[in-house]
Amino acid sequence: MTTETSTGTPTESVRVPAGSLATEARATAVVWQREMIRFVKDRSRILSSLAQPLLFLFVLGSGLGSLLGSSTGGTVQFTTFLFPGVMAISVLFTAAFAGISIVWDREFGFLREMLVAPVSTTSILVGKALGGASVATLQCLVLLALAGLVGVPYDPLMLLAMIGLIFLMAFMVTTLGLLLAARVRQIQSAMPLVQLVITPLMFLSGALFPLSGLPTWLAVLTLVNPMTYAVEPLRSVVFDHLDVDAAARARFDPGIVWGTWPVPVGVQILMTVGFCVVLMTLTVWRFRRTE
Amino acid sequence: MGTPAVAVRGLVKRYGAVEAVRGIDLEVARGETFGFLGPNGAGKSTTINILCTLVEPTDGQAEVVGLDVVRDRAAVRRRIGLVFQDPTLDAPMSGEQNLRFHQELYGVDRRRAPARREEVLRMVGLWDRRGDEVRTYSGGMRRRLEIARGLLHSPQVLFLDEPTIGLDPQTRGTIWDYVAQLHRTEEITVFVTTHYMDEAEHCDRIAIMNEGRIVALDTPDALKAQVGADRVAITTDDDEAALRALRAELGLEGAVREGAVTVAVPDGAGFVPRLFDRLGVHGVAIRSVTVTRPSLDDVFLAHTGTTIRDAEAGPDMHPMAMRMRR
Repeated sequence: MTTETSTGTPTESVRVPAGSLATEARATAVVWQREMIRFVKDRSRILSSLAQPLLFLFVLGSGLGSLLGSSTGGTVQFTTFLFPGVMAISVLFTAAFAGISIVWDREFGFLREMLVAPVSTTSILVGKALGGASVATLQCLVLLALAGLVGVPYDPLMLLAMIGLIFLMAFMVTTLGLLLAARVRQIQSAMPLVQLVITPLMFLSGALFPLSGLPTWLAVLTLVNPMTYAVEPLRSVVFDHLDVDAAARARFDPGIVWGTWPVPVGVQILMTVGFCVVLMTLTVWRFRRTE
Repeated sequence: MGTPAVAVRGLVKRYGAVEAVRGIDLEVARGETFGFLGPNGAGKSTTINILCTLVEPTDGQAEVVGLDVVRDRAAVRRRIGLVFQDPTLDAPMSGEQNLRFHQELYGVDRRRAPARREEVLRMVGLWDRRGDEVRTYSGGMRRRLEIARGLLHSPQVLFLDEPTIGLDPQTRGTIWDYVAQLHRTEEITVFVTTHYMDEAEHCDRIAIMNEGRIVALDTPDALKAQVGADRVAITTDDDEAALRALRAELGLEGAVREGAVTVAVPDGAGFVPRLFDRLGVHGVAIRSVTVTRPSLDDVFLAHTGTTIRDAEAGPDMHPMAMRMRR
C-alpha cells in the first residue's frame, strides 16, 4: 500500500511512506526544532538562568580569588580558572532542566503524540537531547562572550573547541535529565530529584576547585563522576591558550590521573561520548518500558 | 481492499489477576463507522489500545487493514489515525505548528504537506485560527484540531477514543458532523468509543461491551428492534377506566407508571390514532400521549441488566427519547 488517490474528489491523499533512516532523521529534527521554538518563545528564562553562573564567576570567583591571591603566584587569576567551571555549572542546570521538561510533555499529553508515531523511541529521545544540548550551548555563548573579562583570550579555535565540548557535555546532561524523568509523572517531583543529582555532580566535577592534592575519598568521588571527564577537556582547552608557566598549570589544571596514568584529553572526550551512549540506551529502555 | 479494516479473534488482555478483555471477536468492514459502547471499565479503551499497537494482547489476534498489531506495529501505526481521550496537543505551539510537527513525525511528503494541512484545518473550521497558540483554543476547538491532526497522514482507519467526552452537547453535535463529513471526503473507516448512548446512533454498527465481553453487536436499528416495543404513556382523568378499556378493546395489559398509563406496542406512532378511537368509545378522556421509541439505553439495559447511567452517574444522559404530543 503506497499511494492511493481517491477518485473524483479533490482530497489530498497522503500515505505515510515505509520507515527509513530519513524518516527517523526527520522525526529527530522536528523534535529538536520544537525545543528551539520553545527556547525562542521563552526569552525570560534565558536571562534568569544566566544569573546563577554569573554570580559564581564574579562573586564567588572574585571573593575566593582575593583569599587565594597570594598563593596563585599572580600568574593565574582564580576567575580565569573558574571560567570553564562556570560553563559546566550553567550547562548542568540548563541541560538538566531541558531533560526533565519531558515530564511536562507527559503531563500535558504531548509525549504520547510523539511516542505513538511510527518512528523509534530513540529518534524522539535523541531529538529531545539534541534540543536540550542546543539550548544549553546557546546560553553558554553569552558567558563565552565575557571571556575577556576574566583574562581568557578570544581565540577563534579555542572558542570553537569550547563550543564543541560544551555541546557534548550538554548532550550528556540532558540525557541524564531524561533518564531521571523517565518514571516521574509530575514536574514538582522532578525538580528536587534533579537538584539532588545535579548538585553533587557539580561539586565533585572539578568545576569549582582543581583536582590536585585532594583527600583520597574526595579524589575517588571525582574520578567516578562522569561530569569530571566533560569538565576537564574544557579547562584544558582554555589553559592551552593561556600564557602560564608549568607550575601554575600543574596546580590549576592538573588533569585527571588514574593511579599514575595521566588520562589524555582525547580519552576523556571518548569517555564522555561513551557516557552519552550508555545514558541514552538506558533512557530509551526506561521509556519503552514505561510508556 | 478485500481485507477488513479491523479483525479481532479471541482477544484477551489480562493485567495480573484482572481480565480487562475476556475473549472478543470482531470484524469491521472498510468504510464503516463503528461504535464501541460501554461504561468505563468495560474494556473499551484496552481494546482500542491493542488495536492502536499501544498495548500488547495477552492472547488472541488483532489485525488492522490486514496487518498484525504485534508483528507489524510500525506498519499499522502508519495507516491509522488516533484521537485519544486525553488531550495530546502542545499548547504553546500554534494549531498549524502542531499539525506540521505531526507531518514531520509521520514523514508526510513535504510537497503535499501544506495543502493537506489547509484541507484538514478548513474541514474542522480552524483555518482562520491556525496561527494562534493552542492554549487560546476552547475545549471543542482543541478536539477538532486533534481530529484534523489524526487525518493529516490520510489514515485508513481513524480511532477516536471518547472524542466528545467533557464537551457540551452542542459541541458534541459538531464533532459528529465532522465525523459524518469524513465519509464524504475521505475513504476511511472510523472506529469510535463512547459512553454517550445517543451518540451511537451516528454509527453504522455498534458493539456493546460490558465486563470485558461484547454483549451485543449490530446496527443501532436492529439492536433497538431486538429490544422490541415502543412505550406509549397516556395521562387520563380516570386511569382505571383507561386500563379497562385497553384490555377490553385492544387486548393490551397496561400499567400505571409515574402517573401515566403505560403500554408496550410494536409501532407506537401508528398505534396512537387507534388508541384515541377505542378509548373514546369508552368515554375515557385522554389528556396527553407520549410515545418513546426504544433507545440504545434500553438496549444496554436489556443486555447488561444495568443502565449506563448507573455505571457512569453522569448528569446529562437522557435516553434519546422521541416525544410526540397530540
